[in-house]
Amino acid sequence: MNKIPQIKIAIASGKGGTGKTFVSTNLFYTLYKKGNKVTLIDCDAEEPNAKLFFEYNFVKDINVFQKNPVIDVSKCTFCGKCHEYCNYNSIFILPNMNVIKVIEDLCHGCGACKVACKFDAITEKDFSLGKVNHYKINDNAHIVEACLNVGISSPVPVIKRALKEGSKTDNIILLDSPPGTSCPFIQTSLGADYILLVTEPTPFGLSDLKQAIATLKILHKPFGVVINRSGIGNSDVKDYLEKENIQILLDIPFDRDIASIYSKGNILAKERLKWFDKFSYLFDLINNSYGNSSN
Amino acid sequence: MEIAVISGKGGTGKSSLTAAFASIIEKVVLVDADVDAANLYLIFNPLHEEEMVYIGGEKANIEYNICANCGACISYCRFDAIKVLNNKVTILEDFCDGCKLCMRVCPMDAIFMVENNKSRFYVGQFKYGKMVYGRLAPGEENSGKMVTLVRDKAHQVAKQTNIKDILIDGPPGIGCPLIASISGVDKVVIITEPTMSGLHDLKRCIEVVNKFNINPLVIINKFDLNEELTETVKNYCKEVGIIVSGVIPFDNIIVDAMIDCKSVIEYAPESEITKIIKQIFANIYDKQD
Repeated sequence: MNKIPQIKIAIASGKGGTGKTFVSTNLFYTLYKKGNKVTLIDCDAEEPNAKLFFEYNFVKDINVFQKNPVIDVSKCTFCGKCHEYCNYNSIFILPNMNVIKVIEDLCHGCGACKVACKFDAITEKDFSLGKVNHYKINDNAHIVEACLNVGISSPVPVIKRALKEGSKTDNIILLDSPPGTSCPFIQTSLGADYILLVTEPTPFGLSDLKQAIATLKILHKPFGVVINRSGIGNSDVKDYLEKENIQILLDIPFDRDIASIYSKGNILAKERLKWFDKFSYLFDLINNSYGNSSN
Repeated sequence: MEIAVISGKGGTGKSSLTAAFASIIEKVVLVDADVDAANLYLIFNPLHEEEMVYIGGEKANIEYNICANCGACISYCRFDAIKVLNNKVTILEDFCDGCKLCMRVCPMDAIFMVENNKSRFYVGQFKYGKMVYGRLAPGEENSGKMVTLVRDKAHQVAKQTNIKDILIDGPPGIGCPLIASISGVDKVVIITEPTMSGLHDLKRCIEVVNKFNINPLVIINKFDLNEELTETVKNYCKEVGIIVSGVIPFDNIIVDAMIDCKSVIEYAPESEITKIIKQIFANIYDKQD
């Protein structure tokens, strides 16, 4: 039988730098210290850094490829059919000069050109997009990290693979989402039972939070909000959430002590016991309502 | 001069500092290239002059009156976007990459493409010149194509209005939108912060920028939140031959300015932080490569 995660919580935000990784790593730490089995999937493939907060052992890595075309010029008739089929402008052709080239940076590896070619002139090769790295903190705690190669355009295939690898478990799963509300955010949110949005009480935070909420409503996903750096800025975020009847699950004040602990790569819940209890309570709040055991 | 301000990691203060720089230049075409979370308009509240539709790719749709439910398309799709749900061949919109292959292989011609046309981009007037910015519709692909369009528009506007400086507020990360923001610019400024994550992201960011043969300049924001790490960041930059243009202390006044819909330069013209930012910008602007 397939294993089903106990609950999958995505930690997300529209705006970058509001504290997604801060919340993810603290929840992760709190859960495994309490004896839960938990996997943290770092989906911020462009800038993955959840593992920096822990001592870990490398378990394995998986290369993620897409299939890029290779054109055999000796078989090519320069008919231009592949160029016509390519919806990403990644085949460059000058028929009169017998020139044809694949622009690898634009290719999405969809395979349309191969289907288009009637002369068997197109084969495919593996083109590396990045890696899924698997690390172990202890027997109960694992980090699965999506890591995009520098210079690759889209993180989505690497994120999808990390989600697939990391989800083969009956652990609690935490997803550290990429910023923004476009494709990478959607891919991460789609697989989650619950989305925890992390925001900050500033006009930028509010504007991006609204956009993230609009997206989650389209996806019909349940969500709640954590306010980070509370005390800076103004009360507009809280007023908005109150008006929209959206629950604030945790309020983390701006505090030089907290900022300093985070900046050194340390875990707040480890350094300050009070926060261990708060993160523990945060998880219970979500799990009691949305965990698979509660259904 | 065209200057791109980027950060790798989000939340380092990139937009606030870009706004400050715009106030210092005073005559500028300001580009918000963070189309996924555009924020600069909140500070400068531009007056819209032009609105344009951005077509961000296409998605496949099935005409069920024609579809024979044969499933021939399924094995061709490399994005796992076609599944049989309730005995019906179904396209999962969120997974569709818009490659059109299913449309081309369908023996019944039952698949058609629909353009993603909900995103917009704008040109507006603000007190220091013109602003060009995009607004990606929720869930649409941020391919960098929109960033390129927004930048092209900015070049056009700069030419028409005889404004010689273009300032770009870049997107976070190191993927396509970031690459589209920095290719061909005169200067790249990276805003970082003294945290472990900040340093890690800075390294990846520098790697990307170096691919374009641009030597970036680095600003360490909120440096006093961890002075030891600030030293580490400085040493790292020195090692790889990158100039640190300056360091800025943490100051609540930057957030207060944002709430007042002003750049910190306008909000607190006499403050220490304004002096520091002005000095740093002078270093960047005058620095010839």
